[in-house]
Amino acid sequence: MSMDIKTLAQKIDSNKKLVSGHRTCAGCAIPIIVRTILSATDDPLIVAAATGCLEVTSTIYPYTSWNVPWIHNAFENVAATLSGVESAYNALRKKGKIDKEIKFIAFGGDGGLYDIGLQSLSGALERGHNCLYVCYNNEAYQNTGGQRSSGTPKGSMTSTTPAGKKEKRKDLMQIVLAHHIDYAAQAAVHNTLDLYQKAEKAFKTKGPSFLNVLSPCTLNWGYMPNSTIQISKLAVETCFWPLYEVEKGKYKLNYKPSQKLPLEEFFKAQKRFSHLLKPENKNMLDEIQNEVDENWNELLRKSS
Amino acid sequence: MKNYNKNKFQALNGGYATAEAMRQINPEVVAAYPITPQTPIIEKFAEFVADNKVDTEFVCVESEHSALSATVGASASGIRAMTATSSQGLALMNEILSVASGLRLPIVMPMVNRALSAPINIHCDHSDSMSTRDLGWIQIFCETAQEAYEYTFLALKLAEKVLLPVMVMQDGFFTSHNVEPVKIYPDEVIKKFIGEYKPKNYLFDLKKPITVGPLVLPDYYFEIKYQEIEAMGEAKKVYLEVGKELKKITGNNYPYFEKYKLEDAEVAIVVSSSSAGTAKVVIDKLRKQGKKVGLLKPILFRPFPQNEIKESLKHLKTLAVLDRSVSFGGEAPLFSEIKNALYPLDKKPKLQSYVFGLGGRDLFEKEVEEVFEELLKNKIGEVKYLGLRK
Repeated sequence: MSMDIKTLAQKIDSNKKLVSGHRTCAGCAIPIIVRTILSATDDPLIVAAATGCLEVTSTIYPYTSWNVPWIHNAFENVAATLSGVESAYNALRKKGKIDKEIKFIAFGGDGGLYDIGLQSLSGALERGHNCLYVCYNNEAYQNTGGQRSSGTPKGSMTSTTPAGKKEKRKDLMQIVLAHHIDYAAQAAVHNTLDLYQKAEKAFKTKGPSFLNVLSPCTLNWGYMPNSTIQISKLAVETCFWPLYEVEKGKYKLNYKPSQKLPLEEFFKAQKRFSHLLKPENKNMLDEIQNEVDENWNELLRKSS
Repeated sequence: MKNYNKNKFQALNGGYATAEAMRQINPEVVAAYPITPQTPIIEKFAEFVADNKVDTEFVCVESEHSALSATVGASASGIRAMTATSSQGLALMNEILSVASGLRLPIVMPMVNRALSAPINIHCDHSDSMSTRDLGWIQIFCETAQEAYEYTFLALKLAEKVLLPVMVMQDGFFTSHNVEPVKIYPDEVIKKFIGEYKPKNYLFDLKKPITVGPLVLPDYYFEIKYQEIEAMGEAKKVYLEVGKELKKITGNNYPYFEKYKLEDAEVAIVVSSSSAGTAKVVIDKLRKQGKKVGLLKPILFRPFPQNEIKESLKHLKTLAVLDRSVSFGGEAPLFSEIKNALYPLDKKPKLQSYVFGLGGRDLFEKEVEEVFEELLKNKIGEVKYLGLRK
């Protein structure tokens, strides 16, 4: 479990499951997230992806960036698709036709898991397939030009909420946890070690596990490609995106900022919140800050 | 029939007969969601699972969309995977139907025909499967429980040879819930017929990792779709080959369509599925009166055997096509196909379109008789609606 960051970096770097040549934007967090997670098991694995940024950028025919078996079916059904793959594995294992331990992992964006794929995810979680479901959460439909999703935070400008989203984002962690699964965690791209350890735990979990990983989007959050890691860090330092895990119902806070930064610090680094920093919108900023504070305090209570 | 004495007759409805076929196929994965009138299939199959009569992983999913999605995942893994549905369930699967065929997965799906909402209705018509005719699935329409049972085996072998998915249709309630004597062939005979499934490219080939379902842009999409077109053409040939093999077991023929007293007929009707049974009774009656009437019952609807149908119908004076579905604002699906098929003929039979039985309305012998009488009197015109109160 304990690993220094240098060793981890080497391990991720030597991992050739998702290789270069894919066409994600410069500064995209998704490949970092995927490669970190896939490094966390030495077992063979099979990957399923929902339609979205990861799928379209990594498999432009006749090329593929995947060195592991990979399947894409449609947008809303990554969890159901993988449950079919995992069931096939169980059948073959029962017949003695396969003896290797294989890990099954599904990737979807917030569109693919918070919204259109929520039912498929819920069904698969309830059925208890031995799979890891990962949401690379870039907080909107970034692949199609940045339209709002139910994972888009309140106040955020998107191409379908040009004046800022009015509603709070859905708490997918709570929904997932309502399925009584043994492991679910929230992570972010900048904290590689934390993400890696969570992936390790998820892979070791018997039955379903879930990771919700913040994946800043240079294009539609509106920041320079070299700031992805810094943006992700600010999301955590402001408690906008706390790092925590829930293991068999027990909450654990994985990172507590030594000094909780005001939300403004995170918001001012991106264009999507720029309107909230205007003096006339101060009340909106305060309202969102209050909500972040409430959520943070609740998390502190749950994990104490 | 060769194996006649060895084979057992069982009193089964179409749903149970289909479940029996699935038991004998023993697929590694079945993912299904209940919908009337498909339920007898999956309930019976669930019993087989519970009684360890099959090795199948039975995945009770939360929707038909997920049923087919999981079946796609399972099939891409390199094993036999099946599902079954009806009506709204097929409609909900619609998006994934073209994924299954586009990925060239040999999925066999029993499909129990039921009307589409709205108004909601649980009874038989063909609007569900007709609405999916252009999605790359082979479509087979069965008249009886016996046919539904036997064609499931043909479908499996056909699917695996041409790498296309197959829907095997039976009529909701008329076939799925009515009990008939069904001849069940011995397990070992069926096992030998279907053989072992040996896919070429599949997910669990860990030494040769493949990318299934990539993004294909204008530079390759057309060519990939053309391969699918060619596979559908191939399916037409392979269907007959597999049928000949199956005949060695059952003694039955597996033609593109059934011809009933058609060869010397002057007038005929085209009608598929359970209604063909009603038509045969009427034909027998009218034949006794010396009237030269006959039937063509389509079985293989996709790929559509256009030339063979043309050759079988060209001698007729008049012909009626009875559709159990409509195409709103267009000609009914089966009628439209038959009309197309006859186009190359210099001397064409006169054609009449009838729409009947929507939402499970019965087709009575009397009505079929009236159709023949009108054909014999050469009363041909606009589309007519049988059994409709106006």
